[in-house]
Amino acid sequence: MQQSNGYIITFAIIMTVIVGGLLGAANQVLAPAQKKALELDNKKAILKSVMKLEASSDVEKIYADRIKSFVVDANGNKVAGKVAEDINIRKQSKAKDADRLYPVYKFLSAADKNKTEAYILPLFGNGLWNNIWGYIALKSDFNTVAGIVFDHAGETPGLGARITEEAIQERYKNRLIFDQNGKLISVKMVKGEGHPEAELGEHMVDGMSGATLTANGVNAMLYTYLDYYLPYIKKNRQ
Amino acid sequence: MSEKENNPVTEQNPPLKKESEPLLSKRRKKFISDPLVDDNPITLQVLGICSALAVTSQLEPTFVMAVAVIFVIVFSNLITSLLRNMIPTRIRIITQLAIIATLVILVDQVLRAYFFDVSKLLSVFVGLIITNCIVMGRLEAFAMGNKPWDSVLDGLGSGLGYSWVILAVAFFRELLGSGSLFGFKVWEAIGLGGMPNNGLMVTSVGAFIVLGLIIWVQRSRTGYVEH
Repeated sequence: MQQSNGYIITFAIIMTVIVGGLLGAANQVLAPAQKKALELDNKKAILKSVMKLEASSDVEKIYADRIKSFVVDANGNKVAGKVAEDINIRKQSKAKDADRLYPVYKFLSAADKNKTEAYILPLFGNGLWNNIWGYIALKSDFNTVAGIVFDHAGETPGLGARITEEAIQERYKNRLIFDQNGKLISVKMVKGEGHPEAELGEHMVDGMSGATLTANGVNAMLYTYLDYYLPYIKKNRQ
Repeated sequence: MSEKENNPVTEQNPPLKKESEPLLSKRRKKFISDPLVDDNPITLQVLGICSALAVTSQLEPTFVMAVAVIFVIVFSNLITSLLRNMIPTRIRIITQLAIIATLVILVDQVLRAYFFDVSKLLSVFVGLIITNCIVMGRLEAFAMGNKPWDSVLDGLGSGLGYSWVILAVAFFRELLGSGSLFGFKVWEAIGLGGMPNNGLMVTSVGAFIVLGLIIWVQRSRTGYVEH
């Protein structure tokens, strides 16, 4: 009896229903906690672009204290009634250029809450294998890079995945995104590793050996998003 | 088999009531102790190497991985053993896989909800517990033919055998590669702040070396030879 086709099919169906139901229920129950964990991770990434975070840091508190966020449209005008944290950059990147919404995170000075230390802008693009994303922080002159963070979904460990390393992200600090005439140049990661600082100048950073294709993705992502934010930057740049 | 030897049933002296075996009899203790050294899944059977190499660069994710594997192997052994007389032989592998996969996905979801940073570090390797040969091997070789409690102990033994090895590897890799243990800077604490880190230990090459040394030491002690 146990080996009959009928028994096997019945067994398989019952098993599928039980397993599926169980996993569905677990997903429903855990979804809110997972969403919260994701949001916290996002806040951490935003803060990491401008400051060092310790394991013991209260991210929520620092974020509430130091970050002021709003949303701008493609022309750089503020959009009322939208929450920056709720904007999904991945989804926005697929929308039409004119309809896209752009979150801006202002990093306020600890001493004077009316002074902005840095403007943090999101980045989203494609690496070699999958999506890459991050945040770039620009000092209040909208030209100097205050810091940058990257993350990735599937770059090669030890090669492209190195964009998540602090040592790589440090290289972007104090680079300039505009030239003297005010033209957007962005910051470019070069091919090959070990270039002396003097050779690189203000608009280039040292590359990652063996990960030029990921670096190309990073360069394209940086330029694209700085270009998207150009109307907003131009309006606010003195 | 040993049960029969211990309780010989003879025609002259039929036992009125079969005495129940203590929960941790000598035979059952062997289920736990055997996989720790003599039949260790990693160092002797050389199973589960993929995750052992990938997650062991730091102690914290390794510890979470060890707990996850113990959880999955114990409960999948238990469930398989409870169902062993109902599972049709022809689809038994798929059934075992479904049981393991369900448990693994549960673990992954819980990690994502409450231990997000660790789940980011472990990334795909939690999911890969599904294909960890240690788990599949125990279900097919043991749980399909043994009672639930025995299977739980067997799973616990194999899980602990796996855990101590990956924790030992992670201990040396984090200490020599990053100079810390569970993120605690050891060298600075004992006044050797200038101790250089060995970059090799952070890469998987370091795991191969440490694991190889552990296997060497263990086999030279137990006298095990590969045939």
